[in-house]
Amino acid sequence: MSDQNQVPDKPVTLLQAPVRVDYTIRAGKNNTIYLQGMAEGKILGTRDPRTGKIYVPPRGPVPTSGDMMEEVVEVSDKGTICTFCIVNVEFPGQILPVPYVGAWILLDGSDIPYMHIVGDVDASEVRMGMRVEAVWKPREEWGPTSENILYFRPNGEPDAAYETYKEHV
Amino acid sequence: MRDIAIVSVARLPHVRCEPLLMDAEMMTGVLTECLEKANLQRQEVDFWCSGSTDYLSGLPFSFVHVLDAIGPWPPVYETHVEMDGAWALYEAWLKMQYEDLETAVIYCWGKESTPDDVRTVPTLQLDPYHVAPLGPDTVSIAALQARALLDSGRYTESDFAEVVVRARQHAASNEYAQLREPVTAEAVLNDKPIVDPLTRSMCCPVGDGCTAVLLASADAARDLCDKPVWIRGIEHRVEPHHLGLRDLTDSPSTRAAATAAHVHDGPIDFAEIYAPFAHQELILRDALGLPEDATINPSGGALCGHTLMVSGLERIGEAALRLQRGDGQRAVAHATSGPALQQNLVCVLEAE
Repeated sequence: MSDQNQVPDKPVTLLQAPVRVDYTIRAGKNNTIYLQGMAEGKILGTRDPRTGKIYVPPRGPVPTSGDMMEEVVEVSDKGTICTFCIVNVEFPGQILPVPYVGAWILLDGSDIPYMHIVGDVDASEVRMGMRVEAVWKPREEWGPTSENILYFRPNGEPDAAYETYKEHV
Repeated sequence: MRDIAIVSVARLPHVRCEPLLMDAEMMTGVLTECLEKANLQRQEVDFWCSGSTDYLSGLPFSFVHVLDAIGPWPPVYETHVEMDGAWALYEAWLKMQYEDLETAVIYCWGKESTPDDVRTVPTLQLDPYHVAPLGPDTVSIAALQARALLDSGRYTESDFAEVVVRARQHAASNEYAQLREPVTAEAVLNDKPIVDPLTRSMCCPVGDGCTAVLLASADAARDLCDKPVWIRGIEHRVEPHHLGLRDLTDSPSTRAAATAAHVHDGPIDFAEIYAPFAHQELILRDALGLPEDATINPSGGALCGHTLMVSGLERIGEAALRLQRGDGQRAVAHATSGPALQQNLVCVLEAE
C-alpha cells in the first residue's frame, strides 16, 4: 500500500471552505422614489388609501392589509423618539464608536417609526418622547442615499406626550 | 383522505429581470388576482404557506418582508418553506388533512436577476466537504448528468434537441413563458455551448417570477369556483445528497413518488414536468411511467420560463388551469429540488 492510502497520523479537525455570492440589488420603484427624495433633502412616504396612515420609506403593499399604496407624501424631518438602544458593545463591522444611540423616531406626519442614530447629546440623556430633528450633510454632498442624514439631535422642544406615540412602543 | 381542490391560480409572466417590483410587490398583485378569481378576501383565508430562498434575494429572512403582501393583520396562520412552492403546497395539503382548515393560499417567488451569477447559488446547497469546495454550478452538474445519460446509450443529443423543439412549440401559445420563439433541432444542437454536452437552448433561461395557488376543502371549493381541480395524489421522495451515490441517469425518487401518488391508476392526458434541462425531461418521463400519448409540458415547461423556487408550483398551477379549461380529465404535475433531480414531488390532478 502506498502512503496515500494510509490513515493520516493526525485527524483533520478544520476545513476551510470559503463561500461568496455577489448580488446587484435593484432599488425598484418605491425605493427609487425614496432615494430620489433623499437627493432633494426630502423624506418621502406612501399613504394607505384605506386608513390614511403614512409609511416611511415608501412601499408597495400596506404591511397590515396587503392593499397597494400609490400616493407619495413628504413628511417632516422632525420627530419623536419612541424607543431607543444605547450600544455599548463593540462588534465586527462597526462604524460608529461606542457608546452610541440607535432610536426609532416617529417623524411628524408619519405613522411608522424611522430608524436612525441620535447624536449631539450624551447617551444618558436620551429618553422616550424626546423631540429630535435631522442633521443633514452639506447640500453639495447630497446623493440618492439615506446617509444624507448624519443623525438626529434634540431640537429643544418639550417632550411629546406618551399618548402621541404609545402605538409605536 | 380529505378531498382537497385547486380553486384558482395566478402568476406573473417570466421575465429576464423585473426592474420595478420588489419581492413583496410582485407577490401582492398576484395574490390579489388569485383571490379575486374566487371572490375571497385575504381575511377569509385559513392558512398561508410560502416558498422562497434568501439566497436569491441576498437578504436574511427575506420571506418576512413578503408577508406584507398577504396583509397579516389581525394575525394570520402562516408558515414558510425554504423550498420550491410545490413543497409549500404539499405542507398545506397535509395540514388540511388533519386540521380544521377550509382554505389555504400557497405562494412563491424568486428574482434570479438579483444574484450576479444565479448558476452559482445552488452550489451552496451541495455537500460542504467533498463537492461544494469544487464549485460546480447548476449547469455543470446538469451536464455531468447529461453526459452520463448519453453514455448509457438510451438517448442521443438529437433526443435532447427534440425536447427543446417541442417545448418551444408549446410555449408559443403560453403568454407567461419567457422563450416563445420556435427553434429547429439543428439550431438547438448548434447553439452556444454552455457546458458540454449542453447548449444554451437545452438549459432553462434565467428569470424572475411568482405564482399563487388557492386550495380549498370539498365544501368550500364548490362555493368558490365552478370547476375545482381535485388533488388525487401527492407524494415526494428524496435520494442521497452525494452525487456519487446515485445513478444520475435514473430518477428512482420520481418513480417511487409516482407510484405512491397513483399516477398509474388511471389514464393521463398530459403532464407538466419540472425539467430545467432538456435531458432531465427524458429521465423524468421514463421514471413517471407516462403513457405514450400523454402530452408533455403543454405550457412549454421550465425550458421556456424558469424561476428557482417557483417553477415547481407553477407546474401544478399550469396543470390545474388546463384541466379547469377542459384540456383533459386527469393530469400529472411534477416538481424537483436539489442537485441533479435529487428530490421529486408528483401530484395527480383530476377535473370535476
